[in-house]
Amino acid sequence: MKPAPFTYHDPAAISDVLALLGEHEDSRLLAGGQSLMPMMNFRFVQPAHLIDLNRVKELGFIRADADTLAFGAMTRQRQIQRDASIRQSCPIMIEALSHVGHRQTRARGTIGGSISHFDPSAELCNMAVLHDAQFVLARKGSRRTLGFDQFARGYMSTAIEPDEMLQEIHLHRWAKPQGFAFEEFAMRHGDFAICAVSCLVTLSGSGAIDALAIAISGVAPIPQRLRNFETAARGQMPDHTLYREAALQAAAIEAMSDAYTTADYRRHLARVLTYRAVEKAAARFKSQGMT
Amino acid sequence: MSETSFGASPKRKEDPDLLTGRGRFVDDIVLPDMYAAAFVRSPLAHARIKSIDTKAALAMPGVHAVISYHDLPATLRERRLPLFVPHPTLTPRMQNALAKEEVCYVGEPVAVVVADNRYLAEDALQLVDVDYEPLAAVSDCKAGARPDAPRAHLDLESNIASRMLSSVGDIEGAFRDAEHVFREEIFQHRGGAFFMECRGVIANYDAAEGALLIYVSSQGAHRIKRALLDLFDLSDTQVRVVTPDVGGGFGPKGSFYAEYAVIAACAMMLGHPVKWIEDRRENFVATHQERDQYWDVEIAVDDAARIRGLRGTLTHDNGAYTPWGIVLPWISVATVPGPYVVPAYHLEMRSVLTNKVMATPVRGAGRPEGVVVMERLMDRVAREFKLDPAEVRRRNFIQPSQMPYNVGVVFRDGRKVVYDSGDYPACQAAALQTIDYDTFRKRQAEARQQGRYIGIGIGNAVEGTGLGPYEGAAVKVATNGRITVSTGATPQGQSHKTTLAQIAADQFGVPIDAIRVETGDTSKISQGIGTFAARTAVNAGSSVHLASVKVAAKAKAIAAKLLDVREEDLELRDGYVQLAAIPGSSGAASDNARQMRKSLAELAVVAAGMPGFAMQDGAEPGLESTAYFTATQSTYANGTAVVEVEVDIETGRVTILRLILTHDCGRLINPMVVDGQVMGGVAHAIGNALFERMLFDDQAQPLSTNFGEYLLPLATDVPRIEIVHQETPSPLNPLGIKGAGESGTIPTIAPIVAAVEDALSPFGVKILETPITPQRIVELLGDAALGRTR
Amino acid sequence: MSDTRNIAVVVNGKSYERTVDTRRTLGDFLRLDLGLTGTHFGCEHGACGACTVRVDGIAVRSCLMLAVQANEKSVQTVEDLAKGDSLSPLQQSFHDRHALQCGFCTPGILMTMTEFLEENPAPSEAEVRDALSGNICRCTGYQNIVDAVLLAADTMRKTQDAV
Repeated sequence: MKPAPFTYHDPAAISDVLALLGEHEDSRLLAGGQSLMPMMNFRFVQPAHLIDLNRVKELGFIRADADTLAFGAMTRQRQIQRDASIRQSCPIMIEALSHVGHRQTRARGTIGGSISHFDPSAELCNMAVLHDAQFVLARKGSRRTLGFDQFARGYMSTAIEPDEMLQEIHLHRWAKPQGFAFEEFAMRHGDFAICAVSCLVTLSGSGAIDALAIAISGVAPIPQRLRNFETAARGQMPDHTLYREAALQAAAIEAMSDAYTTADYRRHLARVLTYRAVEKAAARFKSQGMT
Repeated sequence: MSETSFGASPKRKEDPDLLTGRGRFVDDIVLPDMYAAAFVRSPLAHARIKSIDTKAALAMPGVHAVISYHDLPATLRERRLPLFVPHPTLTPRMQNALAKEEVCYVGEPVAVVVADNRYLAEDALQLVDVDYEPLAAVSDCKAGARPDAPRAHLDLESNIASRMLSSVGDIEGAFRDAEHVFREEIFQHRGGAFFMECRGVIANYDAAEGALLIYVSSQGAHRIKRALLDLFDLSDTQVRVVTPDVGGGFGPKGSFYAEYAVIAACAMMLGHPVKWIEDRRENFVATHQERDQYWDVEIAVDDAARIRGLRGTLTHDNGAYTPWGIVLPWISVATVPGPYVVPAYHLEMRSVLTNKVMATPVRGAGRPEGVVVMERLMDRVAREFKLDPAEVRRRNFIQPSQMPYNVGVVFRDGRKVVYDSGDYPACQAAALQTIDYDTFRKRQAEARQQGRYIGIGIGNAVEGTGLGPYEGAAVKVATNGRITVSTGATPQGQSHKTTLAQIAADQFGVPIDAIRVETGDTSKISQGIGTFAARTAVNAGSSVHLASVKVAAKAKAIAAKLLDVREEDLELRDGYVQLAAIPGSSGAASDNARQMRKSLAELAVVAAGMPGFAMQDGAEPGLESTAYFTATQSTYANGTAVVEVEVDIETGRVTILRLILTHDCGRLINPMVVDGQVMGGVAHAIGNALFERMLFDDQAQPLSTNFGEYLLPLATDVPRIEIVHQETPSPLNPLGIKGAGESGTIPTIAPIVAAVEDALSPFGVKILETPITPQRIVELLGDAALGRTR
Repeated sequence: MSDTRNIAVVVNGKSYERTVDTRRTLGDFLRLDLGLTGTHFGCEHGACGACTVRVDGIAVRSCLMLAVQANEKSVQTVEDLAKGDSLSPLQQSFHDRHALQCGFCTPGILMTMTEFLEENPAPSEAEVRDALSGNICRCTGYQNIVDAVLLAADTMRKTQDAV
């Protein structure tokens, strides 16, 4: 299983990357290689040009701003996992990352690579939709920023144009304290999630829901939020009735089907995992003693 | 007993090289001017080959040959791959080395590209243009058995390759008067071995010497050689097959594959060594797998839940060709009765050709399937009678006093299944005690109060091991005193180099490092069979023992003459034959004794004779002996697996809480090695029970083609395994040993499934398939799986 | 005409300068160009871990890296773990605990777990299994491997304490 021949480029600056993208139509960007290299080894993809991003230092950074967490596209998953500021401000990200492949995967895999690959089972795609991510796309001479709904086109398909690259990912940052939960079902540890449900919640002084976000991945072709429910839940008490209602909403989303996994099972998991996620997130908030 | 001898657990001789990256697997071997090969394989399960255009591929720089059927040497065109296990009920169908006009499974080799390296060879593959006419394919074996099914091969009258009946006792009578009859339909799904080292072969033909040298990752060097002799009309001494280090075998590396013949032919045609290493994509479609099996069985029991008879049918998915005859389903059928008294047994088996890659023995070799069938029936009886499943089994065990026990069915060794020894009730009792079975129902009830669902399952198995016809050992002391053991056994992790050294070391009174063990090289011993089916300890171990005993005796005989003492007073120790220490002796007597010794080197020199002088007493030259232990029949090991699981009814996830294996494989050469084999076998069972799904669509197109789809158990999926040993020595070989290589797998699939069913018993779920997946559990649970979201 | 690059890489402490095809994987470079056949390919699609080596100290799958990506980096393979005839503490523990049978997956596991133990000198069994989950073994059922890693951790802590 050897890759087909290509012309290799290893630019050191973003501007060089963009120039190459503009010049070579049949090209692929090589980030961590954990998704692209298997496809190339299987010869499912055979790009004429391979543009290696691993020398572009300016693409690797983590920055905590007032309202956002900004990641350079080439930031390694392993680095994010070990970052003290992320652990502090966005612990759900750390938990989600613990499910991403195995340590060797995360050693090379990048946040930008995972997101531009846009596998609906990918934990980082779940994190993106959960945090109302904004994506900075660059092409030669210009940049644009897209919200998640504009970025996500379909099954493993994004708005990134052939001559564009994903440069930065900005996650909306939730103020502390926050309750969080990440419930994933995969057949084995590190496998792609058949279904993952993430939840962020804050409760007011009375214990009622102040803010809520629920993201479901692995079920629909694009990771989903339960936005209607999130809005309706404000002011409600987190209890069995609420968790069950969240679960029923989750069970109604569109679900993929393949030889291994039925749509019914995916929807079923969305239902039961959503219940667990909201329940756990609320409990976690309370156990921080803020209510 | 010394610290390295029989029964001890010395550390392995194999380890230092393997730990430091100095292992020598086929792909590590580099010969000068070696080419690399890649195979064009059929992308369709059934098709006619209309044309093959190799021009563009041949024109690629670095490509030396592109060979299809018509380019093969005459014997490879005229002859099909040989069948080594014919059977009167089998209508065989064997493969051509390369497909001639028709391809019958996805992955079937159609042509081979030989190039400077694998990268280029794969580039050239894309340029080979094969024009196929798709034909209707047989995917499911039950559907394939129907008279109106498409034919897996165009010229077949029927897809049924064999119908075999196993019949014992009066089955009509057993069912006619039976108080209770229960029926089950059980489906056991395809899976594969998935050794970590893919297959591979290097062929080198030295035209000047007329010598063909093959390195191959296999489980039987001599069998590979035999096939090559059949296919190439070379003389015995012209073909040498060597299996170097092998990265796992588990059965499928025991077959002779078409690729080996093709690569040998390439080497002969091109005058260069040629290497082919299977990549994992090929491994998924071209390495042999095992199963599907559809069982439709009925059990008749009396009012006391004692078995009166068992009957039914097995429809077995053979795949597209019959390289192993009917061995696999036959073993399944013969294994069903297990450790129970089954007065009447009537099982009709049909082995059906399909357009999938061939099904041949994979770890357990059909036995786990038989165990699943019997144990599911026993659990059904228990449920119907509202009896403890352990009690139902107790009432039906063959008792130790009944040994040797003739089951009545014929095993694939051609002999009746006669259990030679074993204590089945004690084995189960020990396992149940270890898992604290008596308190389980209480724990289960408490768990249910908390909304947790735990279950327990039992699996008992008797396994035929030590299969004949033989395995040989040539033990030789060279004229410099160094001791070598050569055997046709071909280890793939079973530690033969250590265990066989232990057996020899016992006879020579030396540490195991003083014994060099050579395996899997046809030039080092004339006859051999190979390592599979848990046969090596019994066969090769016994041969090593017998040959070592002979060599030691000869050494003593020569020494006795030279020293003018009695043979009985001599012993072998540390490379010498010497007077055995007289208890209580010391001082001058002791010194004297030390003078009275001869080194093995001296004795070997004497045994070699001197040019011009007659041999002493007309003795045969050489301090050596070759023994071929012939097992008169298989020796039967047994085991009980008891498994406790928890099922998350909302997601269907199964967690194994405890797993106990009581295991009796007679005397143990090296307990550490046996435990390692058992634990590895258990991991295979867990995979088969919970994870491994090898899917095909209805045109027999493989849908599981990588490790993301086909799931092998990881370190987070296999619990700690608690092994309890029992030791009932085998009366059938000099060392009292039985086989162990598959014993972790064989009893263990059934109880995992049973435990899941037991955990879900409040919901009336029945599980009659393997593997059982979370998705399927949720399906079976229906609304109950909604849990708190209901 | 193949696309090639010159690379300078340190492997097991030794410097190499080579011209390689840009599509040559790092694993193939080690095995074919440098003759370091201790690193094995089990799947070439990033699932089995047999090909794990350390690049600048970090355990990675060498089937998913290109040799050219190792330019100006330092690579360590299984051949570097022993010092002369002395096995590393982890290798010795594998030997003591029968943590290998066919040995094919072993080099990848040794590299992964050597890195793991450097970062986690006192791991629990669950942590060991988690770290091991990216390496498939078909022979051992993992238990002896886990025990060997725990034993090595223990041995190394005792050695540290003694210092």
